[in-house]
Amino acid sequence: MAFYVVQFLTGLASAASLFLVASGLSIIFGVTRIVNFAHGAFYMIGAYIAFTLTERLSGAFGFWGSIVLAALAVALIGVIVEMVLLRRIYHAPELFQLLATFGLTLMVEDLVVLIWGPDDLVGRRAPGFKGAIDFFGQNIPSYDLFLIVLGPVVLGILWLLFQRTRWGVLVRAATQDRDMVAALGVNQKWLFTSVFAVGVFLAALGGALQIPRDAVHHAMDLRIIVEVFVVVVIGGLGSIVGAFVAAVLVSELNAFGILIFPKISIILVFLVMAVVLIVRPWGLFGKPEAAARKTPGLTVNPWRPLTSNERLASLAALVIAATLPLFAGNYALTVGSEIAIFVIFAVSLHFLMSVGGLASFGHAAYFGLGAYGIAFLAKMAGLPMIVCLLLGPLLGCLGAAVFGFFAVQLSGVYFAMLTLAFAQIVWSIAFQWVSVTGGDNGILGLWPSSWAASPSHFYWLALGVAALVTVALRAMVFSPFGYALRATRDSLLRSEAIGIDAKRIQWTAFVIAGTTAGIGGALFAYLKGSVFPDNLGISLSVDALVMVLLGGVETVSGAVIGAIVYKALNIWLVSQTDLSKLVLGGFIMLIVVVFPKGIVGMLEMLAQRRRKSSPPGSPLLAKPIESAE
Amino acid sequence: MRARNYFVGAAFALLAGGMAHSAVAQDIKIGEINSYSLLPAFTEPYRKGWQLAVEEINAAGGINGKKLVVISKDDGGKPADAQTAANELVSSEGVAMLAGTFLSNIGLAVSDFANQKKVFFLAAEPLTDAITWSKGNKYTFRLRPSNYMQAAMLVEAASKLPAKRWATIAPNYEYGQSAVAVFKKLMSEKRPDIQWVDEQWPPQGKIDAGPVVQAVAAANPEAILNVTFGADLVKLVREGNTRGLFKGREVVSFLTGEPEYLDPLKDETPEGWIVTGYPWYSIKTPEHDAFLKAYQAKYNDYPRLGSIVGYQTIKSAAAILAKAGSTDPEKLIAAAEGLSMGSPFGEITFRKIDHQSTLGAFVGKTVLKDGKGVMVDSSYKKGADYLPSDAEVAKLRPKD
Repeated sequence: MAFYVVQFLTGLASAASLFLVASGLSIIFGVTRIVNFAHGAFYMIGAYIAFTLTERLSGAFGFWGSIVLAALAVALIGVIVEMVLLRRIYHAPELFQLLATFGLTLMVEDLVVLIWGPDDLVGRRAPGFKGAIDFFGQNIPSYDLFLIVLGPVVLGILWLLFQRTRWGVLVRAATQDRDMVAALGVNQKWLFTSVFAVGVFLAALGGALQIPRDAVHHAMDLRIIVEVFVVVVIGGLGSIVGAFVAAVLVSELNAFGILIFPKISIILVFLVMAVVLIVRPWGLFGKPEAAARKTPGLTVNPWRPLTSNERLASLAALVIAATLPLFAGNYALTVGSEIAIFVIFAVSLHFLMSVGGLASFGHAAYFGLGAYGIAFLAKMAGLPMIVCLLLGPLLGCLGAAVFGFFAVQLSGVYFAMLTLAFAQIVWSIAFQWVSVTGGDNGILGLWPSSWAASPSHFYWLALGVAALVTVALRAMVFSPFGYALRATRDSLLRSEAIGIDAKRIQWTAFVIAGTTAGIGGALFAYLKGSVFPDNLGISLSVDALVMVLLGGVETVSGAVIGAIVYKALNIWLVSQTDLSKLVLGGFIMLIVVVFPKGIVGMLEMLAQRRRKSSPPGSPLLAKPIESAE
Repeated sequence: MRARNYFVGAAFALLAGGMAHSAVAQDIKIGEINSYSLLPAFTEPYRKGWQLAVEEINAAGGINGKKLVVISKDDGGKPADAQTAANELVSSEGVAMLAGTFLSNIGLAVSDFANQKKVFFLAAEPLTDAITWSKGNKYTFRLRPSNYMQAAMLVEAASKLPAKRWATIAPNYEYGQSAVAVFKKLMSEKRPDIQWVDEQWPPQGKIDAGPVVQAVAAANPEAILNVTFGADLVKLVREGNTRGLFKGREVVSFLTGEPEYLDPLKDETPEGWIVTGYPWYSIKTPEHDAFLKAYQAKYNDYPRLGSIVGYQTIKSAAAILAKAGSTDPEKLIAAAEGLSMGSPFGEITFRKIDHQSTLGAFVGKTVLKDGKGVMVDSSYKKGADYLPSDAEVAKLRPKD
């Protein structure tokens, strides 16, 4: 019995660490609607700075002072980031801030290694909390008890802050309806900055408090960020109490789950999130999001098909691309094939995101399923390449059909997180089912048949498929189905009122996007000759998001350029420097500030302005739409 | 709007292609790939090691009079990126062979690439048994002692312990799974009386150490096998120390004696663990002294195990290239099979039967000395003594 009590308390201690970080994320999201990917980075910097300070300052006062000082210092960094970077892009399309914080995260990962060196750092233990307390023969670390008390104390302080201060009232009001708060004359700038500072402070505090029990290293951020997101979503966005309950739930299920299934930790949080979101679409304590007051003309530029000149130009570009094998070497051709494959992947997500308004955080699942489809067909059934290429993507299609059915019942960030949960579940199956998938050692030896084996032939194949897919998806955008899908994106209520079966349309779009991603994955398997669980992983899903956002989420085919720029730059930087993350992160942040509508979105705007400055045209029409954001 | 995009792609491709032909034709080039940005704690000393080797080789006149150049690429910890890098090295840089890699899945991906493109590949660090056995191919050789070999070395010591109730803690991926499987198999063969009472599989890099330690303690084992390393090991050791998990229990642990993993533990190093590792401070052989002196003179730092691996990878590659007298992959294979050479750990041989080198490892016990962990009572275990019989190996490895 004593064992179960101690195991329960241990779970509570884990929950407290998780809650500190999650509460900060929840507050930031609730008010500013920023999906703060850099929250893990702030957590990590907090730990690093606290390590440095605790090594310098001695004694109990020195230790605890260092922890608080570190959190304050990081909060200050957060304020600077918010004022310099995020403030410029609050009015950018949804999720664009994700791109900025992603760039920041990349930079921080390289910076901490440059500043603190590559070795794992082990900090001091907390003065006064070094040992353990005997509980009927079981030991409980006293630091765990400290954390168990700290969790609810922080919860209480936050509750008081939100319920009993004017600032808290404003924060709660903004969480519920920030447009209304702005309309009532509250200075939003400072509200956002202060909220961001508090959130970052909590993240850094969570990181600093790990010093006595963890090692400080450069991958701490990724270790926590996804889990924290999951906790926030299970609890319900913007709900501090929800975050606390979710942290306890997840930690306790883990503490007791490993007694029965020792391998459960790898997937547990995602299983819990999937179940919670299917049963309660807004998390345990969340409320339905207030309908956004979006003007129907979401896009500044109403979408239109290409003019015949533009069609010719695109065709010419395609022809030029197709001549690459005449003068480029094998390596350039293979890189070209890889870029073409990522164009397919990016346009498939772009279709879902910008046409359907459904941002998926787990799109790699369908890419990877397509790749595994190839692996099963080629290795187990021994089918020829052409048959595999036709049938392999069907696994992506099947996955999208099953998961999409559940996912489209949700919207916004909840939709995104459910897709992430499904992707992680698929990933863990590929990772764990060693006898079928080979586990993380993957499936090897999937090389293309002789007709496609030479780099130039494979390049033409990939380029041709990419062009076909892009054209097909564009055609779909301007088909009746595309209009119906855009209607569900712009106004769910109105589209349903005119008889569009929104869920079914969205589900269909999800399946189309999943199948297309599967086609990309299938080609990828042949390009690399192997399949690994990485092909389904979070980092690939994030890559796809970045490509779409970089190209411009409000454009029809911006993802094509986003994919080319991001992938080419990434491959080139990785090959040229070990600090590729630093440079790439800096580049992304620069793009975010200079091109707040993405690369293609910005080019379109410039083109439109030029058109406007020449006399004909109708300024009357353009203006109200522009200011309607 | 799709107009300009292909130009961008073409421009980048041209740029990449154009840089290919800058090196001098007389040089012999080795393409090296490793997870520099993902695992800097291991790869920084590793890089120093191979840079030292390159310097020594060229100071001694290069390879048959030609200068040795190593072109190094980062794989970011992703198999797909490692293949892109391998392709660049082979197609544009025209390297004579590939070398390096750390993670098992990346090693396998590059090995499969080498097999497909008929390129010689010397795997430096990946420990998976598959790379020389179940998924072995004729183009791939491996330097470090494999999972099986390290398990066999530890079993030799572990089977002498009186403990009968064993528990295991290992990261939940291929490395951890196969380390536990081999250890259990060899251990149960030697000691049929052993009971396996609990196993814990925390996700790699994400151990929730408190509950894991409690769960193991609840099974009340007499001895524990640990396979976690890096930050996970730190958390496990700290929780285990505070909760008294290791008190009165024997612990056998993979890799913990390597400075990369032992040094961060500082004064929390648990005492009396039986570990594999690299006690650079207590190896007194002329070969190692020479290496140590050269390394410390160049870098003013002590070597980690990664330094040895990096150093010996390039030294082995150079020996193979020198013997082959050619960069033809078939000749390189013929030269490498059965080739013996010196190393800081003594003479090693690349076996003909499975392309595994006989580089060994040190097994010893951890103790706390002056606030740091060190390995004592350590002895070098020759790799050749811990491999299964040739008949068994032949069964494990597909025919070329």
